[in-house]
Amino acid sequence: MSNKINGAEALIRSLINEGVDTVFGYPGGAIIPVYDKLYDYTSQLKHILVRHEQGATHAAQGYARATGRTGVVIVTSGPAATNVITGLSDALMDSTPLVVITGQVSSSLLGSDAFQETDVVGIVHPITKWAVQIRRAEDIPAAVARAFYIANNGRPGPVVLDIAKDAQVGLLDFKPATCDFIRSYIPVPTINNADIIEAARLLNYAERPMILSGHGVMISSAEEQLQMLAEKADIPVATTLLGLSTMPSDHPLYKGMLGMHGNIGPNYNTNRADVILAIGMRFDDRVTGRIESYAPNAKIIHVDIDSSEFNKNVKATLTIHADARQALDALLPHINQTRRTEWLDSFVPCEEIETEKVINPELYPGEGLMKMGEVVNLVSRAFEDKAIGVTDVGQNQMFGSRYFRFTQPRSFLSSGGLGTMGFGLPAAIGAKMGCPEREVVLFVGDGGFQMTIQELGTILEYGTAVKIVLLNNNFLGNVRQWQQLFFNGRFSQTPMVNPDFVAICEAYGIKAENVDDRSQLSDAIDRMVKSKSAYLLNVNIDPTDMIFPMIPLGAAVDEMLVNPNEMFKL
Amino acid sequence: MEKQLYTISVFTENNVGVLNQVTIIFTRRCINLESLSASATSIPGVHKLTLTAYGERRQMEKVVQQIEKRIDVIKAFLHTDDEIVYQEVALYKVPTDRLLIESNLENIIRHHGARILDITQEYTILEKTGHNNETEALFEELKRYDIRQFVRSGRVTVTKSPIEHVSNYIELMERLHPTTNTPDAD
Repeated sequence: MSNKINGAEALIRSLINEGVDTVFGYPGGAIIPVYDKLYDYTSQLKHILVRHEQGATHAAQGYARATGRTGVVIVTSGPAATNVITGLSDALMDSTPLVVITGQVSSSLLGSDAFQETDVVGIVHPITKWAVQIRRAEDIPAAVARAFYIANNGRPGPVVLDIAKDAQVGLLDFKPATCDFIRSYIPVPTINNADIIEAARLLNYAERPMILSGHGVMISSAEEQLQMLAEKADIPVATTLLGLSTMPSDHPLYKGMLGMHGNIGPNYNTNRADVILAIGMRFDDRVTGRIESYAPNAKIIHVDIDSSEFNKNVKATLTIHADARQALDALLPHINQTRRTEWLDSFVPCEEIETEKVINPELYPGEGLMKMGEVVNLVSRAFEDKAIGVTDVGQNQMFGSRYFRFTQPRSFLSSGGLGTMGFGLPAAIGAKMGCPEREVVLFVGDGGFQMTIQELGTILEYGTAVKIVLLNNNFLGNVRQWQQLFFNGRFSQTPMVNPDFVAICEAYGIKAENVDDRSQLSDAIDRMVKSKSAYLLNVNIDPTDMIFPMIPLGAAVDEMLVNPNEMFKL
Repeated sequence: MEKQLYTISVFTENNVGVLNQVTIIFTRRCINLESLSASATSIPGVHKLTLTAYGERRQMEKVVQQIEKRIDVIKAFLHTDDEIVYQEVALYKVPTDRLLIESNLENIIRHHGARILDITQEYTILEKTGHNNETEALFEELKRYDIRQFVRSGRVTVTKSPIEHVSNYIELMERLHPTTNTPDAD
């Protein structure tokens, strides 16, 4: 008797060998053999049936970013493969490890415009870290091993395995494959010690140093090292959007978020700093503002595991090609213990002005319609700042990033680089599935919610206890804000007629309530926090609310608006 | 910054789709490729793409960084003409009767170092190897004989550097990981 198995079963066993226990997916014609074998392995491999393939990728992203493990997606060919494009692109921009398996028509039909055939590998090359088509069953184990190695080593990213139907049904002698080396790819470079010494020298001689902590710190789990270095040298730390929660919000050296809607202190002082240590971040244009005026007084030390980021946007004085944690470990013993009272004090007036002109009016408006910031702040406190905060994209995202607070790492998930509306709901579902012991709360607008609202069906099916705060202003708020500020208040296609969201949730068996007035807010949040199952608050938000501070397009990081008519001035 | 012609040499694994991965990096930045050639190298399993394009140095350096980032790419280099020895080959198809009335034909062939590959009653095929300006010069000269076809290859290049970066890299990687099997040629 032969002990051959088919390619579909080899795929499932290879996934299990990689330690996968959860996959997100949706069956279809060209992947049926895999779903057939999956039927035999349900005790080892939990399949989450999403309601749309885009939802599968975002859920896998949420799962991956909350856990640090590779997210896995299984979908069919053609339209299913094109539906995962947005998630792939998002995952590449935000360095998220994904292995996405797409079914493909039989290899004999390739190129014939067969039913549900699309050139998946050709389409995904620019938005994946690696992609390959598999046409023989015996190639599956090695391809899966290679895919996981690539996806989650070095700078993580999405990988696509496009598996032709005949490879799924073909037979092979199954031997588990491993991959720990690819000769054309060095995922973790060896640190050049001279660079470390030079970085330490720059930091030790600096008078006004700053640390910019990015997603790379989280990916390499370097939060502890970051804090130790900052404390030893008394250096203020600011984070990028995806670097949020790499420092606890209440740490005295944590000075807030960088960028367009970040905090005034770190943005303003970027242009006062004399040395900037940038770790695992890529100087996105939303962070740098007008690039010619960015950090003119600073020597920039750029630490990144991806050398193609060096001098891409900002010219660095010194580049350290390394894993963030290894670099910080190497740097720490060379750093002098220092106190920098004067420099740290220089953040205080910025914070005072921001508190007075931006934060207090947003968090404690007292009267009028509710504001997004006030809701986010109360929700964060109600979870004792311990929840994972997920946002969609737009004003909800910026208010979420500014006013949600963190006491532990991996507590903030948002679509940063691609800015994908519709990311929030499925990402929150994936995060909750990856971290069932943690509370997961989603901040989402009425626009983005409706882009992937079908995933309420996934919550219904699996009873995923995601808490959803719908910041509902019946507007595409961020575009509205730009129209208000820069397009003479011409609100072209931004008002939205919305359905009864509570009724929709009830149809899906999800508890939900309308919060129409401030007087109802605290109690409603309390009920949501205490709920053991999914819960939605549809909060009636002031549509005129705008997110500030704001670095307008083309302005420098120290040219921030604190309201539509007033520039920040010390 | 001034645009100039750069040669980009890309050493890759011999996998399906590598060329696509490299060229889309130019497409995304709207950089037109002037020429392209692809071939095997002296290292088993390693292929070389040679592309030329006009651009500014800073932009081209970033392009090369993005190319080298691709998993299937082993190494990528940016060169100006003075850093490499390079050649192109051109073929010219000319009506034979027009050439026969030319008393100066011998001189033209000698002067340009061209070769005749084939002669029939209808046409003659000439071949010239050299730099772009050299193959262009012969083209200009042959124009008056009513050239029927003219085609020029992409560049083939070798570096002037005494250090063989790619061979050294492969040797280093194989020392670090002697049991490695190279990916299947597809």
